[in-house]
Amino acid sequence: MVHLKIAAGLVGLTAALAASTAYAATEISWWHAMGGELGTKLEEIVAGYNASQTEYHVTPVFKGTYPETMTAAIAAFRANEQPQIVQVFEVGTGTMMAAKGAVYPVYQLMADTGAAFDPAAFLPTVVGYYTDTEGNMLSMPFNSSTPILYYNKDVFEKAGLDRDTPPKTWEEVEEFSKKIMDSGAAKCGFTTGWISWVQLENFSAWHNQPIGTLENGFGGLESELVVNGPLQVKHWENLKRWQDAGIFQYGGPTGGNDAPPKFYAQECAIYMNSSASRAGVLLNAKDFEVGFGMLPHYADTQPQNSIIGGATLWVLQGHDAEEYKGVADFFSYLSSPEVQADWHQFSGYLPITQAAWDLSKSQGYYDANPGSDVGLKQITLNAPTENSKGLRFGNYVQIRDVIDQEFQELLSGTKNAQQALDALVQRGNELIRDFQSTNG
Amino acid sequence: MQTKRTIFPNRVLPYVLLLPQLAITAVFFLWPAGQAFWQSFLKEDPFGLKTSFVWFENYAKLFRDAHYLNSASVTAVFAVSTAALSIGLALILALAVDRMIRSARTYTTLMVWPYAVAPAVAGILWWFMFNPTIGVLPYLLESLGYNWDHSLNRNDAMVLIVLAASWKQISYNFLFFVAGLQSVPRSLIEAAAIDGAGPVKRFWTIVFPLLSPTTFFLMVVNIVYAMFDTFAIVHATTEGGPAQSTNILVYKVFEDGFLALNLGSSAAQSVILMIIVVALTVIQFRYVERRVQY
Repeated sequence: MVHLKIAAGLVGLTAALAASTAYAATEISWWHAMGGELGTKLEEIVAGYNASQTEYHVTPVFKGTYPETMTAAIAAFRANEQPQIVQVFEVGTGTMMAAKGAVYPVYQLMADTGAAFDPAAFLPTVVGYYTDTEGNMLSMPFNSSTPILYYNKDVFEKAGLDRDTPPKTWEEVEEFSKKIMDSGAAKCGFTTGWISWVQLENFSAWHNQPIGTLENGFGGLESELVVNGPLQVKHWENLKRWQDAGIFQYGGPTGGNDAPPKFYAQECAIYMNSSASRAGVLLNAKDFEVGFGMLPHYADTQPQNSIIGGATLWVLQGHDAEEYKGVADFFSYLSSPEVQADWHQFSGYLPITQAAWDLSKSQGYYDANPGSDVGLKQITLNAPTENSKGLRFGNYVQIRDVIDQEFQELLSGTKNAQQALDALVQRGNELIRDFQSTNG
Repeated sequence: MQTKRTIFPNRVLPYVLLLPQLAITAVFFLWPAGQAFWQSFLKEDPFGLKTSFVWFENYAKLFRDAHYLNSASVTAVFAVSTAALSIGLALILALAVDRMIRSARTYTTLMVWPYAVAPAVAGILWWFMFNPTIGVLPYLLESLGYNWDHSLNRNDAMVLIVLAASWKQISYNFLFFVAGLQSVPRSLIEAAAIDGAGPVKRFWTIVFPLLSPTTFFLMVVNIVYAMFDTFAIVHATTEGGPAQSTNILVYKVFEDGFLALNLGSSAAQSVILMIIVVALTVIQFRYVERRVQY
């Protein structure tokens, strides 16, 4: 074991030495959480950057899951070993923003290094999530997605429904599901990933209902959750009712790992999850054709716009000006239309700039891949209101857990929808107060 | 008593020989434990930019927190059930091997295998078998009319982690029982048999009392195992859910410290765990060393 470690250490050291002598360029490390196919693609993008110039060398380092990557970066910061760039998921935004001495806001970085940077080029719904109240961009969006609706066209047809019409309202979801189940085309109507993100946060934004006071927390740390409004209660009541009737099947907490197999195995006909799940869905849906639609809304309301999830790149303090110059240069490369369009088309994540979107259009990507622009249409359906700009609360990683826990209380019958959401708001607010007292 | 003693004239040598062990203890135990202890009195943001000393606030908060108390009772249920199940089953299996003649060795070897499985893998194995969507056991249970769902049903989730944790520990207990049974004098059992005591009676009046030091030792070891070594099992199966019904204390330390980045509270929780370990160790040394006897 010890021998192995020493050997590994030596190999690492030699590799590092070789790298520094071979490139003699300013070294920049980027800690990220993209595994599998996405990780390979990310490395390809970085390799493209490294080949495009000789001044800087970016090294991507895979650090595990989102929480692991964030924790690793924070621990590294405390030990003064932090990377220049770290990828942080959207719920970590509150924590990163509050760490004023630790992060180097992107708008400031771009101004200090004199890099060409036009905040207006970015899609407002994407960057809105990551700007301060004065409209300054704090981190660089990289992979943003939004939840959409996937459905099984073949099952729809078997149940006597139109194979090209996804349900638009929750009433239709219920009606279609009943038809599907009664006709025996599938065992269950729908399932969903990410209860917290899809069935509460996006549900609220999509129906233009506030998630918290002070513009969903954008206005300050004093914000309080208000997701126990009548519409959210109605929706959670319905979810419980639908679960009891077998129309809805629960896919588990956090991302809902059990949800995708239910859809792939044609057990559930409708499935709501991230637009970035597209590639996975198409890969796994071997025996049936997949259709795409926007998230459902209740018939007596008008849909607003959905909000994003995913991660952005944060720059950490404590490095040389020369290195930051490289970071700024790398960010310009990352947000260029070609790189963005490529990443967007490969992964199903949203393009972060208008130019990348336009480029994908002119390349004919959306015509060749029907349904691939549903997410984009959805986040840009209307100009965001203060309820649909996103959300920003301290300790939100824990609040996400609380949402899952209270939803489980609801489904297991220990609480009704009102009680579960009230408890969620109360526990969430305690966490926000904790955060406020530590960071205020 | 012995009169011959080996004397080292060098007074420094013993310390030099002890040094590596002491250094390891200091670096890998005392230093981190001291840090956790210090951290438990602090309130700090994750990056360590703002720190304030809050005395016992982190502890006071824990004991006011219904979720922490819930976690403590969940841990108690989990540890006691795991210890009882794995000790009980191991004892039965050991008794079985005690009666075997030719196949005993093969049987013993096979029985030890699960001990070599890493906890995370054990967790995954059971998670697969019990997965409501793709698992074999829920499918079988459904035909018996039971709808298994550990993602929503608290009892199902608890049963799952108890099974996974006990399964892994049975091998260890089994070995101790096999050894313990071999030291039960045959003559006593034969005498009892001649006096007309049946196997059940012989077990309860002779074997079980003579095994009690082993059983007591295993009880302490198993409770320590269930409380502190089962993190990976919980992490790989239920992640503390549903609704915190399997959120044992060690898992909560991880969740609050590493996922939620609430370092003060997490440190306070680990100090409490440290106190529990010390208490269990004291119990073990005081009572097990004195040999429980009837």
